[in-house]
Amino acid sequence: MYVELKNINKNYGNFQASTDVNLGIEKGSLVALLGPSGSGKTTILRMIAGLETPDSGDILIDGVRVNDVAPSERGIGFMFQNYALFRYMTVYDNIAFGLKLRKEDPKKIKERVEELLELTSLKDFGKRYPNQLSGGQRQRVAFARALAPNPSLLLLDEPFAAIDAKVRQELRSWLREIIYKVGITSIFVTHDQDEAVEVADQIIVTNKGRVEQTGTPREIYKDPHTPFVSQFIGQSTIVEEYYKMKGFQKGPYKGAIIRPEFIEAFKSDNKVFEDVIGCSEEGTITDILFRGNSLLLKLDVNGVTLTTHRSLERRSVKIGEKMRVIIYRLYAFDDEKAYLLENEELLKYDVKNRHLEAYLYSSDGYFVV
Amino acid sequence: MAKNRKGSEKKVDITKIVLIALSVLFVFLMLVMPLISVIVNSLREGFKFYFQSLGTSYVLSALGVTVIATVIAVIVNTFFGLVASWAITKFSFKGKQVLATLIDIPFSISPVVAGLSYVMTFGRLGWARPLINAINNTFGTDIQIVFAIPGVVLATIFVTFPFVSRELIPVLNVEGTDEEEAAALMGAKGFTIFRKITFPHIKWALVYGVILCTARALGEFGAVNALSKTRGETFTLPLEIDALYLAGSADSIVSSFAVSSLLVIIAIVVLIIRNIFEHNAKKE
Amino acid sequence: MAKSRVKKYRGGHVIPGFGLTLGITIAMLSLLILIPLASVLGNAFRQSPAAFFKTITQPNVIHSFETSILCSFIAAVINCVFGLILAWVLVKYEFPGKRILDGLIELPFCLPTAVAGITLSKMYSTTGELGGPLSKLGIKVSYTHIGLTIALVFIGIPFVVRAIQPVLEKMDKQYEEAAYILGASKTKTFFKVILSEIKPAMLTGFGLAFARGIGEYGSVIYISGNSEKERTQVVSYVIMQKLNYLDYESATAIALVLLIISFLLLFFINVVQIRQSRRTNNV
Repeated sequence: MYVELKNINKNYGNFQASTDVNLGIEKGSLVALLGPSGSGKTTILRMIAGLETPDSGDILIDGVRVNDVAPSERGIGFMFQNYALFRYMTVYDNIAFGLKLRKEDPKKIKERVEELLELTSLKDFGKRYPNQLSGGQRQRVAFARALAPNPSLLLLDEPFAAIDAKVRQELRSWLREIIYKVGITSIFVTHDQDEAVEVADQIIVTNKGRVEQTGTPREIYKDPHTPFVSQFIGQSTIVEEYYKMKGFQKGPYKGAIIRPEFIEAFKSDNKVFEDVIGCSEEGTITDILFRGNSLLLKLDVNGVTLTTHRSLERRSVKIGEKMRVIIYRLYAFDDEKAYLLENEELLKYDVKNRHLEAYLYSSDGYFVV
Repeated sequence: MAKNRKGSEKKVDITKIVLIALSVLFVFLMLVMPLISVIVNSLREGFKFYFQSLGTSYVLSALGVTVIATVIAVIVNTFFGLVASWAITKFSFKGKQVLATLIDIPFSISPVVAGLSYVMTFGRLGWARPLINAINNTFGTDIQIVFAIPGVVLATIFVTFPFVSRELIPVLNVEGTDEEEAAALMGAKGFTIFRKITFPHIKWALVYGVILCTARALGEFGAVNALSKTRGETFTLPLEIDALYLAGSADSIVSSFAVSSLLVIIAIVVLIIRNIFEHNAKKE
Repeated sequence: MAKSRVKKYRGGHVIPGFGLTLGITIAMLSLLILIPLASVLGNAFRQSPAAFFKTITQPNVIHSFETSILCSFIAAVINCVFGLILAWVLVKYEFPGKRILDGLIELPFCLPTAVAGITLSKMYSTTGELGGPLSKLGIKVSYTHIGLTIALVFIGIPFVVRAIQPVLEKMDKQYEEAAYILGASKTKTFFKVILSEIKPAMLTGFGLAFARGIGEYGSVIYISGNSEKERTQVVSYVIMQKLNYLDYESATAIALVLLIISFLLLFFINVVQIRQSRRTNNV
């Protein structure tokens, strides 16, 4: 493990920002600290950087306990949420600042800054001031500045929060690519699950000062360990009376989470689903919302409201229309854990239609969604 | 805006004209007239008399004392302003609001009470009097505070104490601490951070604070009045103006306005500089 | 080396200089301001309560407090009215000479109080530029409470204008327009929406001008005439008078009462400001 946190606790007055936090990050990985605001993710990042001091517990970087090491000696690059660019310095001077502090050879500094300007495609902007740049360009300056002294660990606090939604998408893949190119271990904080899933190869989900789950985006999505993770990842509807749905039985659970992609709603004359119509039940469309590339349907099934997507390529539907509904699976939860329940009827079913089989099952035994 | 409300356009204009006229009238009567009055009164006996009034030994002595007190007060309060605004804006700690309020005390108390407080500290009944005596006895010095130049300097420092910090704190609050944190994270030392990162943000506010502090120090009257009783030795310009005015003869009153005109000119220069700075700051 | 760092980072302050700057701040504040003020308190408390009350209940002392408080209050109210008009004009309208007008507001901050005092006294005397015409109308200004109040208006105006101006500037135009579109008339919009919005700022300005007025010395002592009979002595003048007679007991006793009033006002201003910032932060 390159970065390790052991039994970290941190309070601000009565507020517990971190409770018994344990985590490990491998060298070379790109990790997202994901959680809602106030979940303690930024506190973890700031403690690794040395901007905050834990009340108890150890922080290790590369096997060395760094609790008492000054932030500047930890070999980290830090990118602030709003970038904290030095407003009265040019882009060039911003990037060179950390190097000058190290009293490095001016020639080397120049080389390094130019290399970074090249890397971040800011070659022509060296003489500009931060307020003459766009949000995306500022992010790149902040990135170059953090990288300048060749840190071995890069910490990014909400790197996309200050950027327009439109440009954000583009910058996500840019950042991912460039971090791999540089090959630096990186941790970034985000509250946006799409961002975490898209950029990171490891996600740490935090909630109320605790680490809920650590895993790859796929693991987090497919196998949520706690009720919080199952709700926080993906869009979801919480259903208490999940056992009213066909194919599910009452268990020792408090309720269940059903994601839109777990639900299939089709018209009764749909030939594709002919084979499985027996395990479907009736639902009524109560609302239709247009979501740009798809429709969001609200369905009333046995008195329970469910939400699902519907492709615009499929036949049109209207409010009040009766549909056939199948729920492939759901996440049942008790107070501590989440459990994947498959539709029992559907599992028993012998699907003859090859096309439908491919549609329903993926190679690893899960249904494709 | 007016376009959207064509119906009431005419009415809006009347309100506007009335309000502007009222404002101009108020400012003219209350603020401009006194300025003109000082200049007119100072020249009542002609230019020759005007310059004679400025050249008396009393006035020259007062000018010297004023400059000494002002220079020291400005240096002390600029240093204090920088240090205090750094402590208050760059860190969070308990009692911060209380500290900020305490610093502003000299704004809201009577200058006479400020002067009195030094009399009560260093004067005949003052608790620090034995201390000063002890120092004088030990080192063979003759340090006097009350009714001497040090008292005048202290009084001037007191009344202008918050002037620089008051200009700096809001600017630093708006600036936040991110840039400093970023620099500290890269290993920059305190003074480097201040010089390279913080100073460019506050330089206009600092200059303005220093100018305002200077103007106020030059013109301080009440506090100094309590601590300075010897004309020609410890009097400052405002005290000299007071002495000339209270002398009561027509000539001395004109002289008093002549000395006043010096301070009026300084006040106007300060206002112009301020106006330019504010304009620049807004542009930035 | 590592150990010295431990010390530095235990406080959780990454930016250096906390202990040093806070230490210097508190030391200078104490030495230059708080300890001298405390010696006024100490001297006042050293007197027997009976002597203390005897001093502060002398008729001329009570009259001076009445005069200072009443005139400052009236001046502060006048300043609220004109301060609002001035701030409004400076923020909402464009007209030639606006920058000069804006700059002039600050004049009372830069003009020495003694200069303001003798000039106002001369202007409003029966032979002065404004006092002459007014005396023909039967209004005597210099050496009366009216003159005193005028001097306090002069001193206090920038406090009110500068308190209201930034709030008006920040106030969202949409807010005003929304009320207007909802059907509120212009006058109603002003009184209902805008006035309630700037009330805290106006109270702050009022408090500052009032506090400044109660302690004012230089600008009022010439125009007021300082007559005990006419009750035109202000508190600061009475303190200075006692000081000149070397009557330190009386001077400190009166100063203590004045200090208490100042601190109460300071407290009031702070409460208003904290509330104001809470309100704006919540929006």
